[in-house]
This record gives sequence, C-alpha cells and structure tokens, in this order.
Amino acid sequence: VETPLTDKRASLHQALEAHVPDGSSIALGLSLESLIPFAAVHELIRLNRRHLTLIGPISDMAFDQLIGAGCVSQVIAAWVGNVAGGSGYAFRRAVEEGVPHPLEVEDHSNFTVGLALKAAAMGIPYLPTYTVRGSDIATGHPRIREVDDPFGGPPLLGVGALHPDVAIVHAQRADQEGNAHLWGNLGITVEAVYAAGTTIVTCEEIVSADVIRSDPNRTVIPGFLVGAVVEEPGGALPSSVQGYWRRDFEPFLEYHRQSKTAEGFASWRRDWIDGLQDRSQYLARLEPATLERLRVRERRLAAPANFAP
Amino acid sequence: VTRRQIMVVAAAREIRDRELVFVGMRLPLLGFALAKATHAPNAIGLFENGVIRDRPPEGFLYTMGDPPNIVNALACLGLLDVMSLLQQGRVHAGFIGGAEIDPRGSLNTTRTEAAGKLVRLPGSGGAADIASLALRTILIMEHEPRRFRPRLDYVTSPGYVPGRRRGGPATLITTLGVFDVTPTGLRLRSRHPGVSVESIRDATGFPISAADDAPETIPPTEAELEHIRRADPDGFWTGRD
Repeated sequence: VETPLTDKRASLHQALEAHVPDGSSIALGLSLESLIPFAAVHELIRLNRRHLTLIGPISDMAFDQLIGAGCVSQVIAAWVGNVAGGSGYAFRRAVEEGVPHPLEVEDHSNFTVGLALKAAAMGIPYLPTYTVRGSDIATGHPRIREVDDPFGGPPLLGVGALHPDVAIVHAQRADQEGNAHLWGNLGITVEAVYAAGTTIVTCEEIVSADVIRSDPNRTVIPGFLVGAVVEEPGGALPSSVQGYWRRDFEPFLEYHRQSKTAEGFASWRRDWIDGLQDRSQYLARLEPATLERLRVRERRLAAPANFAP
Repeated sequence: VTRRQIMVVAAAREIRDRELVFVGMRLPLLGFALAKATHAPNAIGLFENGVIRDRPPEGFLYTMGDPPNIVNALACLGLLDVMSLLQQGRVHAGFIGGAEIDPRGSLNTTRTEAAGKLVRLPGSGGAADIASLALRTILIMEHEPRRFRPRLDYVTSPGYVPGRRRGGPATLITTLGVFDVTPTGLRLRSRHPGVSVESIRDATGFPISAADDAPETIPPTEAELEHIRRADPDGFWTGRD
C-alpha cells in the first residue's frame, strides 16, 4: 500500500513566517560548529522577529547576530561567542550595557543543555547527572536542582526538561515530507528535534523519498516531526556541511572585527542582511573564486549497506 | 621556536598511549595530533560535537567540526554519547582553556569585572563537564597577572573544590611554564626556555611554590616541530618560528 506523501516544501520565508512567531523559543546550532542554519538566522533578522529565546550548546556567531539585531530576549546556552575570534561582542553589549536591549541568560554546560533537551525528548521532567557539581552554573540555576539517588548513591543534580517551540536544522538532504539525512557530527540535533514542538529543516537538496528510504539509519529526523522543509543550498554557510561545503573562515573573522562596535554591527547588517533578499543573493555576493574554494567537488563515498530482506 | 609551539609539545606530553582523551580546541587539537604521531599512537580523541577519532586529521582544522575531522573518523555520534563516556569515568584526560584561574585550579570563563565594570565571557561550552568528570584535566592559559586571581567571581570549571567526586586538574600549561595543580596550590614544574622563575612569580596574581632552580621545559625536537608545522602550516595557532 502506497502512503500518500505530504508535501511540506516551503520557501524559507514562508516556513519561518508560519512556524516562528515573535516570542518563540528556538533551538539551533545543534551540531556545534558545522551545519549552522545561517540562512534561517539571517531571514529571522530580516523578518524583524522580537522576544525570541535561543537554545543551543555553543553558538558560533549565529546567536550573536540575532542578539545584535535585537531579536532576542533570552539565551539558554553553554557558550555564546565566535569560535575563531572568542568574544561575541553583540552578546557582551546586551549583557553588559543592555544594548540594543537587556538579555536574560540561563548559563549551561554543553552536557546540561543536552540533558535538558533529552529529558524533554524522553517525556520526563528531568535527568540526573554528576556534571557541574561545584560549578557556579549550578548555583541558583532555575533548571538545576540537587536530587537524591533513590538507590542510595551520592546526591546528583537534576536538569529540568527544556521544550523549544521549534528546532531549526540544516541537513544534507531531505524528501518533500521532511525526512532528513544528516551525516558527520550530530551534537544535540536528535535531542532537540525530539524535544521541540516542531522542526524546520533546511537542506542542500530535496531528493526523492526512495533515496531517503534506501538508508533509514541515516534518517536522523523523521518527517512527522517536521513542520516545513526548505531546499536552501549553501544555507549553512559560512559554517561547513560535510560533503557539500567547507568552512568559510573569513566571514567569522570579518564579523568579529566589525561587530566590535554597535556602528560596525549596523554596517555588517546593512551589507549582509538588509542589503540582501535571500540566501541566493548571499551566495551571489561571494567572490566566484571563494565559492569555488568552498564547494566540495571531491567524492569520498561511504560503502553501500545492503538492506535486502 | 614559538611559545605556542612549546605549549603544544607540553600538551602532547600529557597524553599517554592508549588513553581516551577529550581534546577540545586550538592548541590541544595540535597537541593531540602531535602525541598521535609520536609517543601515543593508540590514543583516542573524543570531541564534544560527537566525533571520535584515532587518526590525525588529514587537513588543517579551524574547529573540531571542520570536514577534515570527520573524514576517517572512528565514529560520528552525538554530544550525549561522548559526554556519557566522560561521566562513566572512561575518559582519562581532558583539556580545558580558561580566562581566569584560582590557586585550586578552578577556571572562570563566564563573567568577571575589569575596572569595576562587568565583563561577560562566552561561558562554559563543555569545559565544566570535562572539569567535573574526566579522570584528570590539563589546563591551558595565557600567563598574565590579571588572569591569576586569589578568588574568582564565578567558578565555571571546578578545580579542587569541596565535594569533588574524582579527578581534578593535574597540569597547567601557560605561555610561561608548566605547573602541577594541587589542592593546596600551583607548583612550578618547568619554566619555558628563557623565562625566569622571578618573572613567573611576577606574572602570577597569587603565591605559588617554585624552586629557584626549576628546570626549563624541554623544547620541541626537530621532528616534533615538523609535525606541528604540518598540522598548522601557516602558523595560525602557533605562530611562525
């Protein structure tokens, strides 16, 4: 029996318009330094979204850009900055000076933010752990409490469940229902997708359902968890996409230099956000030589796995 | 030879063969590659993004998520998988960088004050997890007086604090020397070539234990330098020698 396909394809603009209203909590940057959905981040700035809560482990530049653009009221994360440069200057301005407006920060470690999402993904109120004992992360934390071990061991810390409204994930490929293949390091992608109310998948290419079904172990995101799927090639640049794009290092340093002042941030925003309509214009703005250097042409194919019954 | 090359070699020497090592970023990434190429060919590196690898990467890495770190990896999993190995007590050593340190080897990377003004730092990342859960940690820092504080405003990654279950910081590698980290304070193990004990005391914002005749850090051999240059051909992380 053929199950009819649900077509969840949308433009990035439509997908964010439909699934990410003002005040949403969004998990993104879930693979850490790779597969960061920068196209979606930039479109959220163009949509002028307000009062967002951002959830993630480390966030290489993406959270800083949304904070600088005034989209964010709260950050729930382990690290906010720029991996190449260190500090996130927009994050610092928001916390230190309330510019462009004050920011609430719920500090985590990578493990605790992952456990908070995992607890939500499992449908339980918290998960116990031995991490961050003795760290001030645990001091007065709204989501971390000491819990007893009912089996008589030493006390642990319970990390409360965290339910994002939406997860935004960039994948290598997906079908039109949003069933998505990802490969490489996954960070806390799986936990966040299962914890979130819905997921927006941006991907390098939309492929037939047969391609996805041929390798179900690689289907990290089942389509029934997905609200919209967007074909957005290069949608993670300047972060890397295994098999498609190398890391574009220069924009990280350039943003780090420019965002040092609020004026510099505004100028970066004019050039790279407001001056562009969408991701295709971002790609067109890169030097052809840069684009060619970033694009992966080489093939390093995995050996096929035989799924014959 | 640059100070950073010396730090990479010192980091590599902290890794023993067959160990599971939580590698982290920047200089420890190079230290791991160097250890693999020399005395610790069977060491296995864990990265918090979920990568496990037992071969040095084939290309230059800006971050642990760069495509060359994925090619020929032993496994690509999730963050909770590698953190779980850490929590189980299977990870022998982990590297952590810090902005500020206190005498017990606790690190602050969250918030501090300069000239009476709040300075917000990026936060823990995985550092607090490595500090809490690895069987021993190796700390890597710039050596400046303002970074060595008798008391931290915020302990991000706990050192020898009350209630520690296991492990703790074993070694501190700075731009000036290598130190034992103990529950009672820092003890100079070696000073980098050309650095005096006195200048180390001057650059440390609290008392340390140091013999006047503390030895020099053994500099990199030509073969070690060759490996570092191969992993960092433009000197992006280690500078040009």
